[in-house]
This record gives sequence, structure tokens and C-alpha cells, in this order.
Amino acid sequence: MKVHEYQARDLFKTYNIPVNDYKLVSNAKEAREASMAWKQVVVKAQVLVGGRGKAGGVKLANSPEEVEAKAAVISGLEIGGYRVDKMLVCDSASIEKEYYLGLILDRSRQGITLMLTDQGGVDIEELAEINPSAIHRLTLHPHKGIDGATLDSFLANSISLEGLRRQAISTIKNLYSLFLENDASLVEINPYALTPGGKMLALDSKINFDDNALFKHPEIEALRNPEESSPDELEARTKGLSFVSLDGDIGCMVNGAGLAMATLDLIELHGGKAANFLDVGGSSNPQKAVDALGIILRNNRIKAILINIFGGITRCDDIANGLLMARKKLDIDVPLIIRLVGTNEKEGRAILKEAGLDAIYDLDDAVRKVIRAARGVS
Amino acid sequence: MSILVDKNTRVIVQGATGRDGSFHTRKMKEDGTNIVGGITPGKGGLKLDTIPIFDSVSEAKEATGANASVIFVPAKFASSAIIEASDASIPLIVCITEGVPVLDMVKIYHLVRSRSGVLIGPNCPGLISPGECKIGIMPAPIHRRGSIGVISRSGTLTYEVVNCLSNADMGQSTCIGIGGDPIIGTDYIELLELFEADKNTDAVVLIGEIGGDSEERAAGFIRRKMKKPVVAFVSGRSAPEGKRMGHAGAIISGGQGTAAAKVAAFKAANVAVADTPSEIPGLVARQLERQ
Repeated sequence: MKVHEYQARDLFKTYNIPVNDYKLVSNAKEAREASMAWKQVVVKAQVLVGGRGKAGGVKLANSPEEVEAKAAVISGLEIGGYRVDKMLVCDSASIEKEYYLGLILDRSRQGITLMLTDQGGVDIEELAEINPSAIHRLTLHPHKGIDGATLDSFLANSISLEGLRRQAISTIKNLYSLFLENDASLVEINPYALTPGGKMLALDSKINFDDNALFKHPEIEALRNPEESSPDELEARTKGLSFVSLDGDIGCMVNGAGLAMATLDLIELHGGKAANFLDVGGSSNPQKAVDALGIILRNNRIKAILINIFGGITRCDDIANGLLMARKKLDIDVPLIIRLVGTNEKEGRAILKEAGLDAIYDLDDAVRKVIRAARGVS
Repeated sequence: MSILVDKNTRVIVQGATGRDGSFHTRKMKEDGTNIVGGITPGKGGLKLDTIPIFDSVSEAKEATGANASVIFVPAKFASSAIIEASDASIPLIVCITEGVPVLDMVKIYHLVRSRSGVLIGPNCPGLISPGECKIGIMPAPIHRRGSIGVISRSGTLTYEVVNCLSNADMGQSTCIGIGGDPIIGTDYIELLELFEADKNTDAVVLIGEIGGDSEERAAGFIRRKMKKPVVAFVSGRSAPEGKRMGHAGAIISGGQGTAAAKVAAFKAANVAVADTPSEIPGLVARQLERQ
């Protein structure tokens, strides 16, 4: 789960991570009022995607008039598909040097990797490609804790003054506590800035949280921004389905994420285009099939639907019963191509057969058939 | 005959009395697995059919001599279930449960290893040596005994591939689903190593997906260390960037973890890459002929 910069900043403050002063506003007038306390401010769009600077979502302003004018422009923007509803007005700190500081869950080292570079303020992914050696990395392991001396010699790579290192060590320790205590998967400060007064400040903040761990943290769950997912994706989540909207015309309902991805790949390979990724998950009770088809059918681009089930923990008879329930409850006005194999396959096929429905065995056949159906060829 | 599990594996089931747990405990037993007990706290002394239920893993191990445990408990309790199995020195732990917090897994990963245990999963279908032992949720009837090893990050996609292999008369030595999460107990490389050393495995099928760099690292290992042929398949070729495709681990971000990069890494390691699951048996046959 992603949160906005201002939400991340609030958490930074709770963890005593120094940030520059800021106020959250929702329109240009509020921005003007908020800016009165400072000489120069930065107005920043609050959106859940990166690249807002390039999209014109971050602007410097020197007077209340300028703040209002620039905030008016920013609040009218759409960045990466997100409308700008909120803005941050921040005291514009003068910067002597910009660093990047990040903690990220490291899959291949089974730990949390601390990343630091003195070439901050730029796109870190670009830097990783152009000049990977500029980014220093140190992998931390939660069961071991942080060793101050190791951290200090690591920081010496990029920060020569001891006084600054001391500030950075405190920030990193607090950031690490924030990461562990809230089950984050990514925490970033970019830029992490040195001011002429010798202070190390977080001028930006980004946190991603592990969806699997949200049950432990209701206060983090409460930060969820509904715009992160489409309404269909949100509804799917509450019903225990995993759903992603795509832009084709073939609806898909598959059990298992890997098979669902492979099914979309096959549709594309055979010349079709899927309208969605939908994993009904394991242990599906019949209602899940009804919910899944309901969400798929809401998309009016759908010309045909492929149901691809390879039963393991999911039982083919549950799916078959669900499909029959769905036929009764929903108005299914497009061709339904069903492929059913695996656990309780015989029972599932018998249930469908009794209702006059056929199930295909071979996946390639099913994919070819649904593409033909979507093109209106039988 | 196989890797990790065989006829002598004695299995206990953590969460044996739940809806899924009891269904799959019975299925595993029907499929010939030596299920020696189940664990549900508070239900010790009861039975699931003829299978004795215990309150804790250590009691079950003491009473049955179990050397493997499979976990079906809900996500909220799965971390402590793995730790309980590890505390009881169970050498092979298989966690089927999906949705285990990732930082819990970071800690568990190191804990299990420090005790030389093997953890498969979480969020995985388990493993099967056809005809000998099945620890997991895969439909046993699609498998055939044979000499192809299968390793996969996915569940149902593995069944798809195994089904294609069996229909082409290519039986399997052992099939393992390693799980779709960012942090998993056992990754491709360790299993490739076991298959390379297993005298009853002639070739390996590796099923990968977008996200992370496990496939790239596996390709490096194959290039350097493996003599047996490997055929790969990578799902998620049509996936858009930045969208998590179901599995917590299956996401392309910052241009990393793309299917194209993984396919390229395999090809550079002389691994044949299939475009569809149904192509896999043909590629395996061709690779074996070349040997």
C-alpha cells in the first residue's frame, strides 16, 4: 500500500526524523494563506505516483500571489492518471547538498538494504542505471539490529563531517524503527538535504507498506487512499479476489496468479487482448465465482469471457456451482468459454453438463476459442 | 528417486481440522502420503478419520517421529506456526498459507536456516514426488512418476505444465512450488543443485514469473554449474509495469523484473525458453536428445 508524501511526513515526525515545515492544503486560496509564514515556499502536488516534478507538480514561489497562481495550476493537473486533490506547501529550505536515503526490502539478500548516495534529488532508478557505483548499499537484518560503528564507516563513504554523520545515524535508526514497527516495504527520503546551517533534513518522504501485514496495523490501514486502486479493484479486494484492469476486450477469470498471467500472455500470443487480470484465489467457495463474474461484466468493453480453472486447493465442483449461480443471478450476455481441469474435475464437469454447459480440456483450444468468440466468429 | 521427500517422509499437518486443512489432509493420505498426525491447539486427543490430532508440534513429533510438517493455518497465525515447527526441529517445513507478512518471513528465513532446516513457501502449492509422497495441495492424478524435475514460483501454472508433461509421457521425479512471495524459504538455485545431484532426474523444468531477480540468478547458476538440461517458462510477458499481478512478488517496478530480461538471461545460459506451457514437453525432449 502506498501513502501520500504528507502522510509519510506525519509518520516521519512521530519517529523524530527532521523534516522542513509544511502544511496540507486543498486549493489555491488555502495555499496562499498557508504560505504566509515563510519567505519562499515549494508547492507540491500530492499524488501516489512518482515523476510529479517532471509533470509540473512541484513549483517554487516567492510571494503569496505567486503561491496562489502556481497552486491554481498544480491543482488543475492530472499526473499519471491521478487528479491533484491535495497539495503540500513547504518552507523552501536552502540546500547545500542533496543526498538520497532509502530502506528497501531486499528479496535476494533476505534483509533490508540501506541505500545512500550523495547524488540525491534525481531519479534514483535512473542513477542506478547510469552510475550504479554512486549508490552505496548496506544490508541490515532485523534479527541482528544495527551496529553503530558499521553504520558510521558505511556513511563515511558519502558524508565526511562527523557531526553530519551523527545526524544521519540518528535519522537512519529512526527510519529503520519506522520500517520494522509498521511493516514497511520501502522508505525513501529524496532529497535528504544538508542546509547551509548544517542541518540534515528530509525534504521529501515516501513509504510503501506490506499489504500482508496491514492486519497488524489498523492505524496504517486507516491511511489508505481509495484512489490507489480502481473501484473495481477495491471491490475485488474486499471479496477476496485479486483484480487488475487492463485495456482489452476479453474478460478473464483464472485461479492462481501465475496461471492467470500465463493465460493473459497466451491470449496476447494468439492475437487477442485481455480486459483484466483476475485471480479467484484458492479455496474458492461458489460465491467467489459469482462475485468475479459480476466485476468482469461491469466492463462494457467485454466481448467474451474465458474461465480457466486448474483445480488444486480450488475445487472444480465449487467453481461449476458458482458458474450456475452466476448464470441465475447475473445477466451474462457474452459468450462464456470454460476450461476446467484438476481437483474434483469429474464432479465439476458433471454439474456443468447437467446445466447444458461444456468445459474444454486444452488451454490453447480455450484461448483460441475465446478470441474467436470476441471477434464474433464461432 | 527424488529430492526432499520420498516414501519414508512422515508428515504432520498444522491446521489439519480447518475446511481446507482437513480436505487436503484427506487428499494427501488418499494420494499415498504417510500422514502421521495433525495439529490443532485445543483439539489434542481427537482424530480426523484415523489421524491423531495433537495440541502442539513438539507433542506430535514426539509421538509420531514426524520429519516434515505442512502448514494450512490462516495467514495471521502462519508465522508462529512455522516458528513452532522450527522450534520442534522439524527438518522440512512446507507453508501453503498465502498472505504471510514479509518482514515476518525475513526473520523466519534466517531462523530456519540457522537450524539447518528447509522451508518451502509460503504461498506455495507444496511438493510431490509422484507415487511416493505429496506434501501440499496439487492434484496428484495429473502427475506421473519419472525423471523430470519441476521448480516453480506459481501453483496452478505448475499443474498446467505438469499436465502437459504427463500427457507427453514425461513423468516427474519431484515437483516443487517455491511460492510467489518476495521472501521465500528456498529459491531456485538450491533446488537446481539438488536436482543436478539426483541420479533419477534427467532434466529440469523451471517456471518463473515477472518480479525480482531469482530467475536471472538461477540462469547464472545454470550457466556455471549445471550439466543437466533445463527448460524455462516465464509468465507475465504481457503484464503492465507497476501493477502487482496477484502474487506479492509479481510486479515490474522501475524497469526491473521484466519477463524480457528473464528470458534473455535464460537464453544466454543456453536454457531453452518455451513461449507456451504446451511447448515445454517438446523442448525437454529435444534437449534430452542432444545430451
